[in-house]
Amino acid sequence: MKFTTLLASAAVALGLGAAAYADGHEKTKVGFVYVGPIGDGGWTYEHDKGRLAVEEALGDKVDTVYVENVAEGPDSERVMTQMALDGADLIFTTSFGYMDPTINVAAKFPNVKFEHATGYKRADNVSTYSARFYEGRAIQGHIAGKMTKSNIIGYIGSYPIPEVIRGINSAFIHARKANPDVQFKIVWAYTWFDPAKEADAAKVLIEQGADVVLQHTDSTAPQAAAQEAGNVVTFGQASDMGQYAPFPRVSSIIDDWAPYYIARTQAVIDGTWESTDTWDGIGAGMVGIGEISDAVPADVKAEALALKASLADGSYHAFTGPLNKQDGSAFLADGEVADDGTLAGMNFYVEGIEGDIPQ
Amino acid sequence: MIRLEKRPQPSRAFAWATPLLAVLATFFFGGLLFAVLGKDPIQSILTIFWQPLFGEFSFFYRPQLLIKGAPLVLIAIGLSLGFRAGIWNIGAEGQYIMGALFGAGVGLAFYPAESALIFPAMVLAGAFGGWIWAMIPAVLKVRFGTNEILVSLMLVYVAEQFLASMSLGLMKNPEGFGFPGSRNLQQYPSAHNAELITGSGMHWGVVFAMIAVIFAYVLLTRHRLGFAVRVTGEAPRAAKFSGVNPGRLILFCLGTSGMLAGLAGLFEVSGPSGQVTIDFNTGYGFTAIIVAFLGRLHPIGIVLAGLLMALTYIGGDIAQSQLGLPAAAIQVFQGMLLFFLLAFDLFTNYRLRTGRTEAA
Repeated sequence: MKFTTLLASAAVALGLGAAAYADGHEKTKVGFVYVGPIGDGGWTYEHDKGRLAVEEALGDKVDTVYVENVAEGPDSERVMTQMALDGADLIFTTSFGYMDPTINVAAKFPNVKFEHATGYKRADNVSTYSARFYEGRAIQGHIAGKMTKSNIIGYIGSYPIPEVIRGINSAFIHARKANPDVQFKIVWAYTWFDPAKEADAAKVLIEQGADVVLQHTDSTAPQAAAQEAGNVVTFGQASDMGQYAPFPRVSSIIDDWAPYYIARTQAVIDGTWESTDTWDGIGAGMVGIGEISDAVPADVKAEALALKASLADGSYHAFTGPLNKQDGSAFLADGEVADDGTLAGMNFYVEGIEGDIPQ
Repeated sequence: MIRLEKRPQPSRAFAWATPLLAVLATFFFGGLLFAVLGKDPIQSILTIFWQPLFGEFSFFYRPQLLIKGAPLVLIAIGLSLGFRAGIWNIGAEGQYIMGALFGAGVGLAFYPAESALIFPAMVLAGAFGGWIWAMIPAVLKVRFGTNEILVSLMLVYVAEQFLASMSLGLMKNPEGFGFPGSRNLQQYPSAHNAELITGSGMHWGVVFAMIAVIFAYVLLTRHRLGFAVRVTGEAPRAAKFSGVNPGRLILFCLGTSGMLAGLAGLFEVSGPSGQVTIDFNTGYGFTAIIVAFLGRLHPIGIVLAGLLMALTYIGGDIAQSQLGLPAAAIQVFQGMLLFFLLAFDLFTNYRLRTGRTEAA
């Protein structure tokens, strides 16, 4: 009982401080909790770029702190509590597994704002945000379908979760549109970041005849494996991975969190922050498409850019019917687009993809 | 000329002084590392060691020490029995996972029924899960003479695959919108390993860790089985003559350490963690090996070592956030601790001699 009182009074003192800066801290303090090291070259690296952009944009109005390599579960709960106790006004928790810890800590610190990436639980002081990476997958699928000569496209999946399955479906739909003979081979690496496993997965796919390899894992190991093989096309994931351009990396999906982080921090400074659910794509700039290199023929590049433009202005949706599920049952009627609820929980392949989603 | 000379008797004084010297050397060289990184070394070390214990928010961090330390102590106690007898269970991480899966599985199977019997059943299932996973290397060693180090270690990776499969399949939360991970046991009162006193950090895992420490102490000092464990490690031939059955000892040591690791997993998944998720295991099973050695394989030493490791984790995270120290620097700092421990340990059995080498 004593503890809860203490925590509550600390929360009140700090929370009120956040609004009125009564406790003397003049800057808005923003905390970031990272699941990987900031040097991973992918997921966490891009979040940290977002943090640096906040510092750059808002200058001496903000103070940012971060803790990297935080395990999901009780460790993350402790780190978030610690940031809140140290006077953070806004905390970004940047991994799906931080969902329940974020909700727990947010309940104890009602005056601290929390932003949880890729989750679905919200509260008065907890927002969620994620990016429509599947829009980028559509463009990759199109280029992949046009570039493949063996008609076999390899795909390195991380975990069979909706986020990843959505990407596979989007890439497949647009690869088939570009080239009706395309087949997908999917390998599950069961990791977000493990260069050795990712390299193995890429090699297996290449040996099976894939001459395009898409990846939903964060290291550059598949790029290196493709470079070694010589004639295999790849795409950068989460980060540009431009060191492998112009070939094998012909384009990339870049997570650009900076505009969102700056806007949300500004909202806290202005006192206009509200709990929201943000799911932005290419249009809002949260998903960036890395430069399409000269290894891609000019007409394919033009088509890809046209596709990007139509996704950005909303005139085209990556999941537009007619589409069937893998088992042949109807998914979307002609002209119908998938609603966000279906997309968020997507756990089936579309028609044409071979193999089962592992359970 | 400096050379090492074997002591006729291991030095008792050095055996006890080693951990202290290792900690002091880690302070010194760790401070040097922080200074090179451009941080104030004194402030860094104070942040790691002083803040969680006596700082402004120590009311929050002290209970966290118990939460972080309990699984380490529980696992390390089990490991220390085997390590003393020269039986090397390196796979506690896997047994920890299996204990969590068995225990959580029982709890989830009863959802949403409420009964006071559910949690005890989960505890039994957790202990069984860890025990059976450790029995694999134990039986293979007794029957076929396989190397328990390799088998137990490899089974960690098998357990991780089970964990991923369970999070994505059988135990997936049906109300989780297709996302991986089980229901949160913290929201299921009958299965929740809640704090016994709010805010104290004291959950059933802490209680079991204390009981395990007392049992291990009594076993080693007062019981025939404890004598068998010690004598097998110190003088295997003498142990044979005194009638120790090596096969049974292997089964006992691996079984007990597996069981305790399984319990640690169960208490973690039903309490602080709450969920079976793909990344549920965070390395307690491996860190506990360091804790066991840092504590000189002695029950009381292990308690101190477990709390010390917990302190470096908690303080390390504070230092990251407040001082901007990179996570890698904290890991190097923790690694130094084990390195210096092993380095100074050499002097328990050897001493330095200066002077000319005698002709052989």
